[in-house]
Amino acid sequence: MNKTVLAYVVSIATLLVAIWLGVSIGTVKIPIETLWNQADATASNILWKIRMPRVLLAGIVGASLAISGAAFQGLLKNPLADPYTLGVSSGASVGAVITLFFGISLPILGAFTLPVFSMMGAAITMFLVIGFARMVDRSMKMETIILTGIIFGSFLGSVLSLMIALTQEELRQIVGWLLGSVSMRGWNYILMVLPFFFIGTCMLWLNRRELNALLFGEERAHHLGVNVKQRKLMILLGGSVLTGSAVAVSGTIGFVGLVVPHMTRMLWGSDHRHVLPLSLCNGASLLIICDLVARTIISPAELPVGVITAFIGAPVFAYIFYKQRRKGAM
Amino acid sequence: MLQVDNLSGGYGREPIVRNVSFHVEKGEVLGILGPNGSGKSTLLKIISGILPKQSGKVMIAGKPSGAYTQKQFAQQVAVLPQLHAHAFSHSVKDTVALGRYPYQTGIFSSWSEFDEQAVQEAMNHTGVTRYENTAIELLSGGEQQRVFVAQALAQQAPILLLDEPTNHLDIAHQQQLLDTIRNQARQKGITVISVFHDINLAALYCDRLLLLKNGEVASIGVPQDVVLEPEIHHVYNARVKTQPHPEMPKPQMTLLPNLQEKVELFSVKKADITIKEDHVLLQSSQSLKTISSAVHNAGLGWYKTFVNRGVRADYMIDDVQRENTDYLRTLGYHLTDTVAMMTAVSPEHVEVEEYEGEFGSIVVAVTAGVGNAVDVSKSWQREDIPYIGTINTWVFVNGELSEEAFVQALITATEAKVKALQDEQVKDPESGTVATGTSTDSVLIASTQQGEYLPYAGPITQLGKLIGKGVYDCTVRAIHSYRLAVGEHG
Repeated sequence: MNKTVLAYVVSIATLLVAIWLGVSIGTVKIPIETLWNQADATASNILWKIRMPRVLLAGIVGASLAISGAAFQGLLKNPLADPYTLGVSSGASVGAVITLFFGISLPILGAFTLPVFSMMGAAITMFLVIGFARMVDRSMKMETIILTGIIFGSFLGSVLSLMIALTQEELRQIVGWLLGSVSMRGWNYILMVLPFFFIGTCMLWLNRRELNALLFGEERAHHLGVNVKQRKLMILLGGSVLTGSAVAVSGTIGFVGLVVPHMTRMLWGSDHRHVLPLSLCNGASLLIICDLVARTIISPAELPVGVITAFIGAPVFAYIFYKQRRKGAM
Repeated sequence: MLQVDNLSGGYGREPIVRNVSFHVEKGEVLGILGPNGSGKSTLLKIISGILPKQSGKVMIAGKPSGAYTQKQFAQQVAVLPQLHAHAFSHSVKDTVALGRYPYQTGIFSSWSEFDEQAVQEAMNHTGVTRYENTAIELLSGGEQQRVFVAQALAQQAPILLLDEPTNHLDIAHQQQLLDTIRNQARQKGITVISVFHDINLAALYCDRLLLLKNGEVASIGVPQDVVLEPEIHHVYNARVKTQPHPEMPKPQMTLLPNLQEKVELFSVKKADITIKEDHVLLQSSQSLKTISSAVHNAGLGWYKTFVNRGVRADYMIDDVQRENTDYLRTLGYHLTDTVAMMTAVSPEHVEVEEYEGEFGSIVVAVTAGVGNAVDVSKSWQREDIPYIGTINTWVFVNGELSEEAFVQALITATEAKVKALQDEQVKDPESGTVATGTSTDSVLIASTQQGEYLPYAGPITQLGKLIGKGVYDCTVRAIHSYRLAVGEHG
């Protein structure tokens, strides 16, 4: 129990520190008092108009990706699964780019058209990837799922390239967006993504016990009394909602969903009642820090944040793959 | 508790399990047996709802299984899975606690004291409490399987389904696991249905067995009625022999191998029996199937070396077994290969003869110390302690004896011995009547199990006739020899 309390204390403290660093560091240094002291109007403006929405958006996106990664990994019993490696992020990107490309805006959805299409892209890809992997290999080995993710990811990537090639004027914007970034999005984006963040998180959190049972396989979960079909659907949809909405506001940011749950499990065990909230918290912290690095490391220019996460994520991916294969070989 | 009526189903369109019907009472342990691909696991999967049924009914506690929600079903039926690898680690306690999933309700945690108690109890019963905080993948296969038993017990379901629970476990873990399950079934009245690969384990631990062949019930009943040679041969197409378990009224079977090895023919001859300084010895080139009341390796077995040891008349040792074992060891005889008797008669007084019959021959060897003769019908009047007087009778048969023939050979040899004592007027010194033997007589029947099959050895069978004549002759001669020796020395 003490270990669990410690886990939450450390994670929340890290998140607060990350937010503090995120809002104060930059081309202009903003002291933390600005939060409550509005004497310095310029600083206050930078803080509330630029830094804060950026930090919060990074936090929400990081949290979404991390928690859906944790859920996908539990559901598929596959430590290498995350929205990016499964190709789900690419699916969401295609959904989003289609919306931008054709300028679709559905009357009822309005501003939510983009995230909704993005989520649909995520969900469809998710089901195709899992369906195909199951068709190839009923036992759905780790490698099979990842390979299927790569196949779908590559295909969707070429669809994206095609669409980019066809839109000449907006080219730069879409390319920047594709590499993943949370810059200059503003409060609108936060309001757009927030409801989906809550819905998706709730859907996954309601299945935390089921995810624990599913770690022992679908058959075992069935025996333990889990309504596997229904719960699986709920988890896949929850993950797609989170991934889709995150991609809609920030583009494809890879590996957050891989690195964060892995670290969380390594430090504090794989009980999903804690893995999910802790991943959420640490995912937010990680992306806030990565974004901070992305915008300061080659200042005044900015790197897309996806570059930083991939830089950290790929070696971690390699490490987990190595460990799992070694474990299997023994 | 659980009733299955005309159940058919499986993976594809063609059912693997066909028209299976049975019922299991509360607290009963039913074993499902059958060759690979006979539909054992499939049947279990259809009952537990993993695979769809095509027709028929599964009734659990009086209700069709489909009438339960998934959680309600898990409150009624727990399933023990086969061992498999896990990608993520869970602690032992968290794993066992998952057994309480069917009782968890509501959005927030509803872990109750009752849940905690059920988990602790399940861990205690399976002996995994001390690993409580260990990650499950760090445990050995046997320990992991115990954790999953604890998980299933924590489910507190009145029905437990097991699919080859002892797969990949060594025999100590097999025993522990099945003991635990059987004891739980008895104490808590849990109904157990388990698929078994091993017929002997199933026969030992189950109240009833169900034998499947090609998805259909070939036989169902108590182990004695299912583990039968023709039944097993029919279903598994393997040659087997069944025997009773030494401690329990349960049948056990052994395979009868069909080997391509060349059998070397051999026989026991009179000349094979040699007289050593203090013992009579027969060393056979191959093992003989033997039944005896010897001091060393009595009972039924296969032996090559036969020793009739002459000891002094005042031989008095507290631990005869041990002294005799040391003796055999110093002589360099292989202990597990040797049957040894004792007599107060010195070895040169042994009478050996070979008798020819139509089927082959027998060799008889007798030593007869009759100083301690007893009339068995009067022995209830005696109070003396047993003492090595002893008539030791060996009969070696060059033929193949049935079990019945072995027992009949013992009777026939004994009858011939009694007759010899009667004709020689050997008296029981206490009662003054004709003796029937001594207080410590031993008899041994050994056979090569080659050549002609001899189903019987009663007194008017070919074999019985030889045994009767041979044992009578040799005993009479041995008594003469003994009397001569006693006369000479005394």
